[in-house]
Amino acid sequence: MTIAEVAHVRTGKHFWPGNIAIAEGCIAAGCMFFGGYPITPSSEIAEHMARRLPELGGIFVQFEDELGSIVAVLGGAWAGCRSMTATSGPGISLMMETIGLAAMTETPCVIVNVQRGGPSTGLPTLVGQQDIMQARYGSHGDYEIIALSPNSVQEAFELSIEAFNLADKYRTPVIMLTDESIGHLTEGIEVPPAETIQIIGRKKPHFAPGTRRYLPYEVTDEDLVPPMAHAGEGYKIQTTGLTHDERGYPVITAEAQEKLVRRICEKIKRNAKNIIKYEMIGGEDAEVLVISFGIASRAAKGAVKKAQKEGIKAGFLRLITIWPFPEELIRNLASKVKDFIVVEINYGQLVKEVERCVAGQSRVHLSSRLGGAIHTPDEILNKIREVNQ
Amino acid sequence: MSQLAESHPLDYLLREDRLPHVWCPACGIGTALNCYAHALERSGIPLEKAVIVSGIGCTGRGSGYMNIDGFHVTHGRAVAFASGMKMANPELNVTVFSGDGDLFAIGGNHIIQAARRNMDLTIICSNNFNYGMTGGQGGPTTPPEAWTTTTPYGNVEPPFNLCYLMASCGATYVARWTALHVRRLTKSIEKALKRKGFNFIEIMSQCPPIFGRRNRYREGLDMLEYFQNHAHLQHGIHPKDAPFELGKDFYIGEFVELEDVPTFDERIAVMSETRVRARKKQ
Repeated sequence: MTIAEVAHVRTGKHFWPGNIAIAEGCIAAGCMFFGGYPITPSSEIAEHMARRLPELGGIFVQFEDELGSIVAVLGGAWAGCRSMTATSGPGISLMMETIGLAAMTETPCVIVNVQRGGPSTGLPTLVGQQDIMQARYGSHGDYEIIALSPNSVQEAFELSIEAFNLADKYRTPVIMLTDESIGHLTEGIEVPPAETIQIIGRKKPHFAPGTRRYLPYEVTDEDLVPPMAHAGEGYKIQTTGLTHDERGYPVITAEAQEKLVRRICEKIKRNAKNIIKYEMIGGEDAEVLVISFGIASRAAKGAVKKAQKEGIKAGFLRLITIWPFPEELIRNLASKVKDFIVVEINYGQLVKEVERCVAGQSRVHLSSRLGGAIHTPDEILNKIREVNQ
Repeated sequence: MSQLAESHPLDYLLREDRLPHVWCPACGIGTALNCYAHALERSGIPLEKAVIVSGIGCTGRGSGYMNIDGFHVTHGRAVAFASGMKMANPELNVTVFSGDGDLFAIGGNHIIQAARRNMDLTIICSNNFNYGMTGGQGGPTTPPEAWTTTTPYGNVEPPFNLCYLMASCGATYVARWTALHVRRLTKSIEKALKRKGFNFIEIMSQCPPIFGRRNRYREGLDMLEYFQNHAHLQHGIHPKDAPFELGKDFYIGEFVELEDVPTFDERIAVMSETRVRARKKQ
């Protein structure tokens, strides 16, 4: 058996922790470059990739820190690999400068954030969902981001593939915004046959190198995404983190800034409908709608079911896509729902987005925990009862 | 009366539509880039496989002027970016062209670790003793007592001997030149481009309008004259015996040249071919 014959996709039934499902999902997506630095509670992803990638001809490099890891991931992406890293709060804080570079240079990559309690070193081994706003706004300047949040091991696998597809399709960093509980939760999972896994690769230049000049940031398609050449192909790429024109040349003017930054924001915003995924139960005729995501959504779902049994018109909305935020969905629901309850393991982050979209049409409540433990279904149920009175 | 030439033999290697460049009159970085361009041509490396990566700063603009794949990344991160690119595609010939502050202050950890790994890269470091682009602040290469905007009473920090640092970390080729020694510098870059391993070339460079004017090297020729009179060629000297003290005699030359040290990508390839395969057979 040669290395190339080892199957990338471990089709079949398994009993895996979420972190392993993420690693295997990324491998199934064709990830061939991992640059990382150990950090609890994400280290299992790096360890699994260190063992698996060499079997597949891929590259695992443990870098000196998260600053080096993420920028090497960008280098790997420009060399043609689907590239990723995995980290947690303190590491993601260090990566923020290069997440901005990835947004500015439109470099596809996947960044897994297995969230733990913060701020600072916080709760290394315990759950948190406190990096919601950081994922969206953590790097300086204006940009849009895609962030996904699984609430099961099965979904962690599936969203890992989705993350790479979205990264390549929109030439953007994608953050897998999972949490310690999902990362360490071990569940049954079924990995589908390789041929059923859909891979959406990068849009390539539609002409051979040397036949005409390649402009790395020339956009002719409606999706606002420029085709991407890789280093070594002969296209003579030019990129910079400075504000640039179609040629990739620095242009330090208000006009160039308007054109570039609007486009890199718009390419996500305009395609938001195609990106956003959610799960909703009983949302159409709900008077109380519970909104949650990640591990917190499992308790929230249980609470909503109990409330429904008690005769409360309760509904459940789980965000699978955190960013871009489903603004239109919440606006539409706001005219029907009396009370929104946002269940999240932080001091109140996603609730701010809900309040913004509800815009005073209904009441918005927060069910908050600050990390270290997840909500119990009963405390959420009590909140539902309380607001329903 | 002299005439301006219509073209230059290396025009095809430059992005002419980006000129004029940002560098000040009499700056040494243009000389360094010129030497790199000549070396690249002479090396015979297929241009589509040649990549130039830069960080931030005056020298960091170098990647933008070469008509090959060029990446201008975040401050200090050029070596780590280049490492990722090289590992993802070992066929690429990757050069990092950046400054002393970018590589050894904010990027210090990346460059020492890449040298330790023997990452197959060529690092061209233009050392102008200060942060030129931001107006001339002091940094890890600023000579003792030198005046900069952040050392208004004279620099009280000892500087790095960059070549000694790189040799200590495992660099397999270490050389120091100045912006005056263009023929030797060009040959040295050509050698580095063709060599496997972590190749480090320091270029002492004049910065007349920023560093120079505050430190008695006001004119471009002042520091070049100093280089001419005080640089002594000494190949093979241990870089710890080749400190640089501004105003005094110093050594230039090829200090370290280690053969047959496996590069990081070579060691990964061997690991994949032997240990991983053996494990899969079990």
